[in-house]
Amino acid sequence: MSDMLTAAFLSALISGGILAGMPLLFASLGETISERGGVLNIGLEGMMLMGGYTGFVVTLYSQSHWLGLLAGAGAGLITALLMVVFCVRLGLDQIVVGIAILIAAGGFTSVLQRAQFGTTYPRLDAMSAVEIPLFAKIPVIGPSLFAQPAIVYVGFALVAVLHWVLRSTNMGLNLRAAGEKPEALDAAGVSVTAVRSIAALSAGAFAGLGGAYMSIVGAGIFVPFMTHGAGFIGIVIAMLGRGRALWVVIGSLLFGMSVSLTTALQLVGITVPIDVVNMLPFVAVLVVLVIFARQAYLPAALGLPYKRGIR
Amino acid sequence: MVATVVTDVVSTSRAVVRGASAAKAGTSARWAWLWSLGQAIGPILLALLVSAALLLALGKNPLTFYRDIVSQGLFNKGGIQDTAIRMAPLLLMASGLIVAFRANIWNIGGDGQFLLAAALVAGAGPPLIGALPNALAFVILCVTAVVVGGGWTVVPAYLKARYGLNEIITSLMMTFVGVNFANLLIKGPFRSTTTQVPQTDVIPFKELLPRIPGTRIHVGLVLALIAVFAVHYVMTRTAFGLKLRVLGANPRAAAHAGLSIPRLTIVGFMLSGAFMGLAAAVEVLGVWGYVRADWNPNFGLPLFALVFLARLNALAVIPLVGFYAVISMGGHFAARQAALPDDFMLMIVGLILLFMTLTEYLAGRSERGGYLSAGLKKALGKGGGDE
Repeated sequence: MSDMLTAAFLSALISGGILAGMPLLFASLGETISERGGVLNIGLEGMMLMGGYTGFVVTLYSQSHWLGLLAGAGAGLITALLMVVFCVRLGLDQIVVGIAILIAAGGFTSVLQRAQFGTTYPRLDAMSAVEIPLFAKIPVIGPSLFAQPAIVYVGFALVAVLHWVLRSTNMGLNLRAAGEKPEALDAAGVSVTAVRSIAALSAGAFAGLGGAYMSIVGAGIFVPFMTHGAGFIGIVIAMLGRGRALWVVIGSLLFGMSVSLTTALQLVGITVPIDVVNMLPFVAVLVVLVIFARQAYLPAALGLPYKRGIR
Repeated sequence: MVATVVTDVVSTSRAVVRGASAAKAGTSARWAWLWSLGQAIGPILLALLVSAALLLALGKNPLTFYRDIVSQGLFNKGGIQDTAIRMAPLLLMASGLIVAFRANIWNIGGDGQFLLAAALVAGAGPPLIGALPNALAFVILCVTAVVVGGGWTVVPAYLKARYGLNEIITSLMMTFVGVNFANLLIKGPFRSTTTQVPQTDVIPFKELLPRIPGTRIHVGLVLALIAVFAVHYVMTRTAFGLKLRVLGANPRAAAHAGLSIPRLTIVGFMLSGAFMGLAAAVEVLGVWGYVRADWNPNFGLPLFALVFLARLNALAVIPLVGFYAVISMGGHFAARQAALPDDFMLMIVGLILLFMTLTEYLAGRSERGGYLSAGLKKALGKGGGDE
């Protein structure tokens, strides 16, 4: 067991955790915003797939990773427009619309992928890592933490920004009011519809970015249904994070590490069946849910459409 | 407080009997069936239209595509039997969904319950059928599948009943675990020693479920139809069904009426899972005779659309499942002809669901009620929800 703590093992664990954790981070940040605002986004995974596919195609043709990531976020945002129109504006059932988006987006991206790349399977170049001077020289955590593609640093910066927005700005307060007591927000003269629309759209953009990260930075290729439940893990992380951006980071990285644990184990000579690898994050989620069941928190008005004058 | 409780109970019972009273309302009711028919067909037509636009954009001929679906799935002698065979597991799973959804339980984990039961049936099937009379073996295997399917819902059911945790998430997590666990079983203890690809031993074709005379359709279809009628009867005509529906329509009213919500939730959830398990047994024992590793027909998700379109009415599910079976069997053929993946049909189903919410909205504006019971809309677990 002592060789489990070698530098190579830890390094693989941390960098793998970041690789697998970043999409979860983006997705769960998006869901956090959305849930705070009272919109339950079950279709998160569908938005990730749309972002992943679009990001991959744009990167492939423009040869720019950044353009691809941006396009991925845009695709997620456009998909979230459906949520805005159907759920926020018309007040339709968020779960049913979410499931519809999930199914339709999964089928849609799979069809497009097969029609375009069904025989060629093009791959993208890896996104170059940016080393942060000095920090990258620290043993073990240096190369795994401070020599990542720039988007990783952007991701962590987004967490800080979001943390500040949610806690210390009017926008954050409005968002929370829209999720907890929309009547109060309405009475204060702020449009619930507008606040919730922004929440739903940001969630889509974040999810799209997460999907794009998966296909562009993570895999270098888009495969149908490649998110493999990441969107739902993102929802769980958001639930357990109780609307706090910092908790969401910790949760995402821990789940990312549970994915990379098996890869890291292989480095020290322990092979684990692929099905166990695939199963592990979900088992982890369930264990966490069982242990912290009472801690999970959802806003009071989550999932309920707001109509003025109707209690 | 008392006043809200009274209104709760009144509005709930009103919601529960609304279906019945609407049918008796007289002349306007004569056209009600036409209205609901339109509401079921409208979204389907819209979805087919949008999908046709995508086909055009991809340079495929949508007319050829849809013609292939219909001619293969409906008007081909072998094809229509395949369609009927496909209906068997779908009907059983739809029954399971109806039981759950009526009771305000979002059992999204049907695929995991299905696959795990399928793996166990395929693993235990060959030795059991070899050792016991077929009929006895079938019964044992079906009971096993029912227990496995129902058992796989215990964790989400308990978490919902005890802590109010959102079962959409938990049952989905259990699906991912279940699918991989099924694979582990098939690649491990159940792995056949005679094949290269990891799969279970094969039940010989002539040892599978008996066929309906004159066809290739196995008796699982009959079982499935019986199950659908039974679910319809239980949900509409028995006290247990009423309890589940009250729970679904308004959990607070159910609590005030003295029903044990945790118990009803767990029982409803397990019953739903049991149907998923039975569907797996019927599919494995009637069609395949074995299960390959990584096999996942993903029956569950598309069924949501059908069950909602049927407004959680078990009898209305039958034609809709028939429709989907045509799309799914004929679509497999059409997709291969057009060099597209089967996921095209998944997209159609997703669009149907999306457009359905829209037609529901339009219908809601004309005061005809929605497809979801009032309480189902609050089905988001606790979070201090309506307190």
